[in-house]
Amino acid sequence: MAGPRNISVSETSRPVLPRHAKLKYDETRKVWVILAPERVLAPDEIAVEVLQLCNGERNVGNIADQLAAKYAAPREAILADVVVMLQDLADKGFLTEIREKTP
Amino acid sequence: MSDVLPNIPPEASDSLAVLEKQRSTAETFGIPLAVLLEITHRCPLQCPYCSNPVELDRSGKELTTEEWKKVLGELAEIGVLQVHFSGGEPTARKDLVELVKHATDVGLYTNLITSAVLLTRERLSELAEAGLCHVQISFQGIEEGLADRVAGYKGGHRKKLEVARWTRELDLPLTVNAVMHRQNLHQLPDIIQMSVDLDADRLEVANVQYYGWALKNRAALMPTVAQLDACTDIVEAARERLKGRLTIDYVVPDYYALRPKKCMGGWGRQFFNISPAGKVLPCHAAESITGLDFLSVRSNHSIAWIWQNSEAFNRYRGTGWMKEPCKSCEFREIDFGGCRCQAFALTGDAANTDPACALSPLHETIFKQAEAEAAGETSRFLYRNFAGGTLESDNGT
Repeated sequence: MAGPRNISVSETSRPVLPRHAKLKYDETRKVWVILAPERVLAPDEIAVEVLQLCNGERNVGNIADQLAAKYAAPREAILADVVVMLQDLADKGFLTEIREKTP
Repeated sequence: MSDVLPNIPPEASDSLAVLEKQRSTAETFGIPLAVLLEITHRCPLQCPYCSNPVELDRSGKELTTEEWKKVLGELAEIGVLQVHFSGGEPTARKDLVELVKHATDVGLYTNLITSAVLLTRERLSELAEAGLCHVQISFQGIEEGLADRVAGYKGGHRKKLEVARWTRELDLPLTVNAVMHRQNLHQLPDIIQMSVDLDADRLEVANVQYYGWALKNRAALMPTVAQLDACTDIVEAARERLKGRLTIDYVVPDYYALRPKKCMGGWGRQFFNISPAGKVLPCHAAESITGLDFLSVRSNHSIAWIWQNSEAFNRYRGTGWMKEPCKSCEFREIDFGGCRCQAFALTGDAANTDPACALSPLHETIFKQAEAEAAGETSRFLYRNFAGGTLESDNGT
């Protein structure tokens, strides 16, 4: 797996898809997919939106802020859902995180 | 709020089946998500259970670089998402880097299914650079004595370990593929540990399926019922212990099963492969069934047309072709009567029920035969090669 294993997603994590998990719009089937070794996952609309925000710079808290503003929904509830969704992906090995480099 | 972010659906136990399950292709036979490209039958290894046909395609018949590139473009265009570069040994093709690069350029996710013995670190690095997404390396055992003997290739095991380490150093995800049979099943716990030590993400524990070369070697490979039961227990315990660390896919041999496997997800339903010479096939063993005319990408038909309309793909699609006991069976759309190649190999008619099924009149005979072979003394291999096979000598070469 590219990057650290067994990551624990929290508000301060800066998640990103590893190089072997590719988020792609499937033009033929008109759905978003995550391509991974021997797997094709079908994330739902909101998961896609979250994953598009996972650029390795934003942390999970920033992502929750953005979605809360966009959907005028309570931030804490959104944050909880985002963490659960990302942790599930991380447990399957399809999410990694950027860590501060120790000099 | 809780339904605002439903979880990503878990991956299906059938690889790549997630989308297929959502949008059933039962009636329309949508284009598969992944396609296996057997770009050559050449291979330095001689494994006695090789999944290639006994009649191998010689290098002169192989598609050219330009032909494979055209195939890759066409696959991407019709909606294929992943390709597996396989063989034979795919790295035996000098143009592999170029093909991977082209697959990446047209938007395909690329897997390399390799024996690893021909790879250098430099070439692997070039493949990674070309966009390769995932490497699967086959292992024949846990130590070189047995592993090199099974592969019929001295020094192979050591090289595989080395390439597996390079794979992870290059930050590529690694799958260990371990084909299991009577002569190596006792090494399964160590193979699981080896996969962890190599930092693999996935382990495929694939019991030999008995067609082609493996059928010729059945007496030397068939495990005992006790071995298989132990194998299943070991896999289940390891899955639990290594959750989140190592994914283990498990393929059971079907001779001892009561119900046959849903081979290839059903003939022509969600899988095809392309042979070195460009034939579009419903499964990699399909050419063993005589009397079917498989069309090539060199014909004047598109790949999509061959998939949808060719006689060979439609022959065993759905349930209309079935005879009894399949025809009236309540499981006919669950397992589609098992494996057509196995039915052909063991009964002479691909439309018969796969004898792996307890409802097949031949099931009992086959089961007894397997049991007798498993208890037998034969351990000598017939090695796979272009000459139709070479019998292992007394000193194991």
